[in-house]
Amino acid sequence: MTERVVAYGHLTTRRALLAKGGLLMVGGIAWLASFLLLPGLILVLVAFLQRDPDGGITWAFSLDSFRQLFGITSSGLSAANLWIMLRSVALAVITTVVAVGIAYPMTFFIARAAPRKRLLWLSLVAIPLCTNLVIRTYAWKLLLSARLPPARLAAMLGWLEPGRDLLPSWSAVCIGMVSAALPFAVISLYPSIERLDRSLIEAAQDLYASPVRVFMQAILPQTLPGLSVAILLTFVPAMGMFVITDMLGGAKHWLIGNLIQHQFGQGRNVPYGAAMSLVLIALTLLGVYSSRRQAGRSAEVL
Amino acid sequence: MKRWGGLLQVAVLVGFLLLYAPLLAVALYSFNAAEKGSVWVGFSLRWYAQLMADPETSRRAWEIREATLNTLQLGAVSTVISTILGTMLALGMQRFPWPSSLGKLLQVTIDVPVITPDIVIAAALVVGFNLLRFVSPLFDPGMSAMIIGHVTFQIAFVALVVRSRLVLMGPTLSEAARDLYASSWYHFHRVTLPLLWPAIVGGAMLAFTLSLDDFVISFFTCGPSSSTLPIYVYHSQLRGLRTDLFAVSTLLVMGTVVLVLTLERLTRWKRD
Repeated sequence: MTERVVAYGHLTTRRALLAKGGLLMVGGIAWLASFLLLPGLILVLVAFLQRDPDGGITWAFSLDSFRQLFGITSSGLSAANLWIMLRSVALAVITTVVAVGIAYPMTFFIARAAPRKRLLWLSLVAIPLCTNLVIRTYAWKLLLSARLPPARLAAMLGWLEPGRDLLPSWSAVCIGMVSAALPFAVISLYPSIERLDRSLIEAAQDLYASPVRVFMQAILPQTLPGLSVAILLTFVPAMGMFVITDMLGGAKHWLIGNLIQHQFGQGRNVPYGAAMSLVLIALTLLGVYSSRRQAGRSAEVL
Repeated sequence: MKRWGGLLQVAVLVGFLLLYAPLLAVALYSFNAAEKGSVWVGFSLRWYAQLMADPETSRRAWEIREATLNTLQLGAVSTVISTILGTMLALGMQRFPWPSSLGKLLQVTIDVPVITPDIVIAAALVVGFNLLRFVSPLFDPGMSAMIIGHVTFQIAFVALVVRSRLVLMGPTLSEAARDLYASSWYHFHRVTLPLLWPAIVGGAMLAFTLSLDDFVISFFTCGPSSSTLPIYVYHSQLRGLRTDLFAVSTLLVMGTVVLVLTLERLTRWKRD
């Protein structure tokens, strides 16, 4: 440990270096250990405890929360919670696919604009990004109400009874979630798409590749790094969403995020909420992992 | 590529409509004379005037002002703490010869808050604070608990931004400074810090934006008197649409527009 080393042009010993580095990190590490790691471990612990009748926690091991979560109750099987989990995953996948699908051409458009205008377009994407989700969802609540054009149009087309709001409904929830995810997708796709090597596209066109093939083999592979960040930044928030489903949906449109929030609020069943949080993390990691593998595999094929 | 042009334009139009149509509707309806709801009664500026009303006489104006101040206080304090801790963390991680296993562990530590849904972090904080409350009243639901919660997720983002800049900087300039007999302090003060400064400012701005954007963590850890603007709007929307809140939202968005466009001008000016 005492051998002399040169780091950043400074002659010192390994031990002195590590002491100095440790000193720099001690604040941040201590903070994350006490307010992220420790609470996380307590959350795992609490998930295996019991709830007492007045909403507190009893220190007794139990798997009740998980049984309840997967619908195994004394009165038989109930699929309600499984159904909510399933649709949370489904809605997160739909949101990710639609948001990235719209963001991709948008980013292309921005990257092809004149250099001076690019920053302006990007700023236009950044403004909603810096506006709180509650405020933006409140705005959707107004826009989708009965007297405004979208609901009138839907009524004219016969999709909706005249005079009714477009919410609460699944379409309102989907619209809200896609528009919330959109700026994240654009911002993370932009660096890859801006740096796109155009000569590859031209080469593919010169060799008479069909437009689909040009896209699949000359454009898409180059943007995979940005694409995987975009998927991460849209999928993870969508999985834990509760603001949009709460404001644009209702009790019939609950996702796993609403279930968790309910347990920590009115439901007063902290162990149950903790167990659900663990399941949510597991589902999210699974989603992130499988999308990364998918991306890796398609990169190999191409 | 021409064949795709039409499709491209439709997607761009749909995308920007999804982003801006609701905000435009809110801006329009903030001039509605009606107190609530979506029936257009007539043009009026009274909701903007009422926001400026004397907080002593108008309860709503007082509530909105308190919520705004809480939002700004929460953002400012948490940004300062997380920028300092996150920058130091990044410096410590990047510039020292940690064994690779420890390096990986540190990397995971700052990745976790980025890929965990915020509601899970909020749930963990609630459970943790419930125990820590016995140690100190700092952890009671309220402003201090909210600040701690925000710093916890901001640190990771600041560290990520600062660290990527450190990687780009590399050791050459430090080595040159040392060769010219710069002391440790002089080297940090005159070489590292000036080069790192843009990343530190960028990290701080990201942290502040994340704090303003957050609802879930504040909602889980707030107390009765520490409501932020998003929490205030969330609670009042349960009882219908209020025109004065459209006015507040419009002012917030306008503030963001001014801020973002100023930044855009500044970067353009610098580049030119």
